[in-house]
Amino acid sequence: MTDETKDIDKHSGVETTGHSWDGIKELNNPLPRWWLYVWYMTIAWAVVYMILMPAIPALPGMGTNTKGVRGHSDRVEVAKAVADLQSARDAQSVVLLDANLETIETDRTLQQFALAMGESAFGDNCATCHGAGGRGAIGYPALADDVWLWDGSLDGIEYTIRHGIRHDADDATRFSAMPAFGRDGLLTGSQVDDLAQYVLSLTDRSDDAEAVSRAAPIFQQQCATCHGVDGTGDRAQGAPNLTDAEWLYGGREENIRATIYNARNSHMPAWDDRLDDATIKAIAVYVHSLSGGE
Amino acid sequence: MSIMNKHGLLERHSLLLTIGILVVVSIGGLIQMAPLAYMDNTIEKVDGMRPYTPLELMGRDIYIREGCYVCHSQMVRPLRDEVERYGHYSLAAESMYDHPFQWGSKRTGPDLARVGGKYSAEWQVDHLKDPRALVPESVMPPYAFLADKKLNYDRIEERLRTERMLGVPYTDEMIENAAGHIYAQADPDEKGYDYLDSLIEEYDGIAGRDGSVEYRDYDGDRTRVTEMDAIVAYLQMTGTLVDFSTYEANDLSNRR
Repeated sequence: MTDETKDIDKHSGVETTGHSWDGIKELNNPLPRWWLYVWYMTIAWAVVYMILMPAIPALPGMGTNTKGVRGHSDRVEVAKAVADLQSARDAQSVVLLDANLETIETDRTLQQFALAMGESAFGDNCATCHGAGGRGAIGYPALADDVWLWDGSLDGIEYTIRHGIRHDADDATRFSAMPAFGRDGLLTGSQVDDLAQYVLSLTDRSDDAEAVSRAAPIFQQQCATCHGVDGTGDRAQGAPNLTDAEWLYGGREENIRATIYNARNSHMPAWDDRLDDATIKAIAVYVHSLSGGE
Repeated sequence: MSIMNKHGLLERHSLLLTIGILVVVSIGGLIQMAPLAYMDNTIEKVDGMRPYTPLELMGRDIYIREGCYVCHSQMVRPLRDEVERYGHYSLAAESMYDHPFQWGSKRTGPDLARVGGKYSAEWQVDHLKDPRALVPESVMPPYAFLADKKLNYDRIEERLRTERMLGVPYTDEMIENAAGHIYAQADPDEKGYDYLDSLIEEYDGIAGRDGSVEYRDYDGDRTRVTEMDAIVAYLQMTGTLVDFSTYEANDLSNRR
């Protein structure tokens, strides 16, 4: 290896590196010029970037990273972006917050705004349980029908979203507790069986008239306080109507028996802390619009 | 002969070359990582962080064992749309007791950094058992077997001790009562009743506020503590610890 004499490959006319492996030599083609200059430019850009932007973590003795001439901060940027979004919504949000059902239904623009905002917030926050479009699932009430466990008015829906149902952390949450009649020994197993027949009879599906008559006084004593003397339920307590065709936990005999035995006290989280007022109102408007709003 | 011509030496000795590569790569790594050890603002100063309770820690181990991180990140990035959907962007302080952290970047499913409390525990259980029963378009596999597996906490004390070696401030009482604390959190009415006060006192004490520990029978199976109890306990507390009402986002040292 010498510096002075260049070794030129006689077939291609290109300089070699001078390395010889078993007589085979390596060509030393130069880098393409355009590539080389782009590379130099990236190095120059890196220097500029380090001056402008936060780049160097911290030299020993420095408490923090270099902030850069521009003083850029992702966290400041995002706070600004969120604030901009908020102020873009504000004009209509403020109106929405004070609007009652009648105003919303007559003000087309406001209604569109609320429905658009409500639908997208519903999709991420509510649809996981209540299903896309509020179709519901076993144990998770359908919102697209006109059967309401609790208050189905716009204000009532908003209240439920805000405070949740049986949400321990919220003192204003909607609350009621069905006793576990079988598990906690309030009724015997055969009494629970009879009661299941009685509940079936409310929708004319029982074929055991004896059991029904045995359970009638038990129903009046244990269940009527919440579900009503005729079993039509009580919305003030979230007690479902047992005489309709809607069954949150399934309407077959074994489902009803399991419900009486173990009780059902489902939980809906409160959204007061998680969503802002306008979003909650918008979701209420959306849910109200799904079909059964009152 | 200049030094530039000595490269033949490196190229002809693989061990030398390997050492050379290690030295060069380490420089890049050191510049990125070493400053984190002495910078003042690596971890934000926040209120409310506490170590995981034993049940949550075991749930977290199950989360890792089942590879949840393959599809779920736990990192809300400082971008408008993410903040709108998931809540406040994640802070380094929120991962201070994580070994290893679960930030990730793969999102086949949604980010889980702030899923704690977003849905009810019953929903988490139903959804883990059969995701498509609740979210028909979901591609998540079912994890129903977790509800059938009794939680194995035989080595929970050693587990906490290991975390303590890594810098998590578990007290002697926490380690001694770890098994009791598991029952206190997952079966507070019966088997764990005697340990409930100790669980709350110890963990709320470090968090510096009341109500930092949720306790209940998570999976609806009152006869035993299952892996389902553990993973739901963990999921229900993710992202709920830091008190954002006292966090000063605009403080110069918190700007990133």
